[in-house]
Amino acid sequence: QKVSVEVLDHLEHLALVDFRNSEGVERLQKAIQFADQLHEINTDGVEPMDSVLEDRWCLYLREDDVTEGNCTKELLENAREKVEEYFVAPPGNIPLPKLEERETFLQGS
Amino acid sequence: LPLKGGLRSQVSAALKEGRVTPTELCQRCLALIKSTKFLNAYITVAEETALKQAEESEERYKKGQPLGILDGIPIAVKDNFNTTGIETTCASNMLKGYISPYNATVVQKLLDQGAVLLGKTNLDEFAMGSGSTDGVFGPVRNPWSYSKQYKKKSVPKSRSESEESNWVITGGSSGGSAAAVSSFTCFAALGSDTGGSTRNPAAHCGVVGLKPTYGLISRHGLIPLVNSMDVPGILTRCVDDAAVLLGSLAGHDPKDSTTIQDDFMPFELPNLTDVSKLSIGIPKEYHAPGLSSEILSLWSKAADLFKNAGAKVVEVSLPHTRYSIVCYHVLCTAEVASNMARFDGLEYGHRSDMKESTEIMYAATRREGFNDVVRGRILSGNYFLLKQNYEKYFVKAQKVRRLIANDFVKVFRSGVDILLTPTTLSDAAPYMEFIQEDNRTRSAQDDILTQAANMAGLPAINVPTALSKRGLPVGLQFIGRSFQEKQLLTVAKWFEKQVQFPMIQLEEVKRHDSGVFQHQKFFSFS
Repeated sequence: QKVSVEVLDHLEHLALVDFRNSEGVERLQKAIQFADQLHEINTDGVEPMDSVLEDRWCLYLREDDVTEGNCTKELLENAREKVEEYFVAPPGNIPLPKLEERETFLQGS
Repeated sequence: LPLKGGLRSQVSAALKEGRVTPTELCQRCLALIKSTKFLNAYITVAEETALKQAEESEERYKKGQPLGILDGIPIAVKDNFNTTGIETTCASNMLKGYISPYNATVVQKLLDQGAVLLGKTNLDEFAMGSGSTDGVFGPVRNPWSYSKQYKKKSVPKSRSESEESNWVITGGSSGGSAAAVSSFTCFAALGSDTGGSTRNPAAHCGVVGLKPTYGLISRHGLIPLVNSMDVPGILTRCVDDAAVLLGSLAGHDPKDSTTIQDDFMPFELPNLTDVSKLSIGIPKEYHAPGLSSEILSLWSKAADLFKNAGAKVVEVSLPHTRYSIVCYHVLCTAEVASNMARFDGLEYGHRSDMKESTEIMYAATRREGFNDVVRGRILSGNYFLLKQNYEKYFVKAQKVRRLIANDFVKVFRSGVDILLTPTTLSDAAPYMEFIQEDNRTRSAQDDILTQAANMAGLPAINVPTALSKRGLPVGLQFIGRSFQEKQLLTVAKWFEKQVQFPMIQLEEVKRHDSGVFQHQKFFSFS
């Protein structure tokens, strides 16, 4: 069962990563096929496992004391675009262009 | 001579007695790194800072106040651990030029004990792969490709061709670290292990590769792949050294909420002589399709070794083994999709010049920064996490994970102390052969014996066992109970002593650059 172009487009939007070429799409198809083997297993009554440490109660609330910070300079060092203490982003709230309008391999499908 | 000694037994003594100094050790390692550059094990060599650390260590030894066994010991760190002031690339264009503002906890711990950080080692891009062939800095070459043992057994096509086309992979993804330890350029190296990434290259490079119990060693500063499975891995030349490293790294870290809070007591390994109280389990499902007859035979011999020494050796069953790779595939890609979302060009790493909108910039940055393997896993992961697929794939995989973890619990409850399995399906493949299949296929094949331990969070170790008929290392894997590293390593050490794995005999190497014959500088080992 092939993945529809709509879903592929949707994935490119969600992941903000492109399929690049037919190999990319084929790769996904194979990955799904591989994963489908999971359905052979009977998991009735089995709880999903989030963490192998579920019995050990790792998570705890620590005291609300400031233990680190004041590293603005270091954190800004690795950013390419910045102004004073701000990371600069291009304009937001502009959705990624629709399939027909953006440069994507999927257009040909 | 100290270049080949055990840390606790030989090197530490030599340093304390002044028979060798930290700067000498550091300089020798740096020289060796230069002369083995063709292995491509290192991405960054931090020569200046290493020498400075060595000098500081030397001062401490002169005063008779070394910080511990690791003081002055040259180590290497996989390039997916943050290291202050040193580039951390994860072998990806996405992080080229990224200079970490902080040290990963494990790196900090090593430095606090006086270890000398020689540099960052090569890997598959973002630790995704089982060959250390898919990073932007090129593949890592297995030092054994240049060993007398391998050359003796390989059929040269022609003298000029032999080295260039015959070299074998290190395995991965911590191939650079494994190669660095195997070629004596450092005494120990940090790797990471999510599906076998420390044990696999350890097996192919003939070194000890330890995957600790999940939750024992801090992941703070290890650029995450799969938060629920990643662990820092330890690569050394002998089991005793792995115990030393473990002792200095394990323990609760307030910066990593997935580390257990129990106190960790570093230990020295006893010299086990009596194995009669031990019960070794041989999981029959690990006789996986594709397992080479050589390794099968070695595994069987190892089982006999224990039996003849008086241990109880029993066949056991881990029935869900054959599904663990599928389960891993889903959980891994799902967590990767989430973890890779942080790379958007805004705060660090590569940033695209496209600037029409945030989304366009993000998409272009990620398009430019990630290789096919990474992008493929992100897209697959996002697919499995779609609303219509979440229950069917992600939650289903989480349920299967519990079944896999329970398989181990049942076996350990039945009285088995340690499991003995192969680590890899075969010895290291020639690079030219390895790249015939794509990364995902290779990973699925190669991870099959190692990743169930990651699913269950159990400690596991590769111990180099013997040379294959091609003259390459083959290792066997021991899997232990959660947080029972002492028992695991004690048994591993006993086994190591029995098998007496041979030392690599690295030869002079003639390098031929593409088409043009050039004789490069040689290195030699005393």
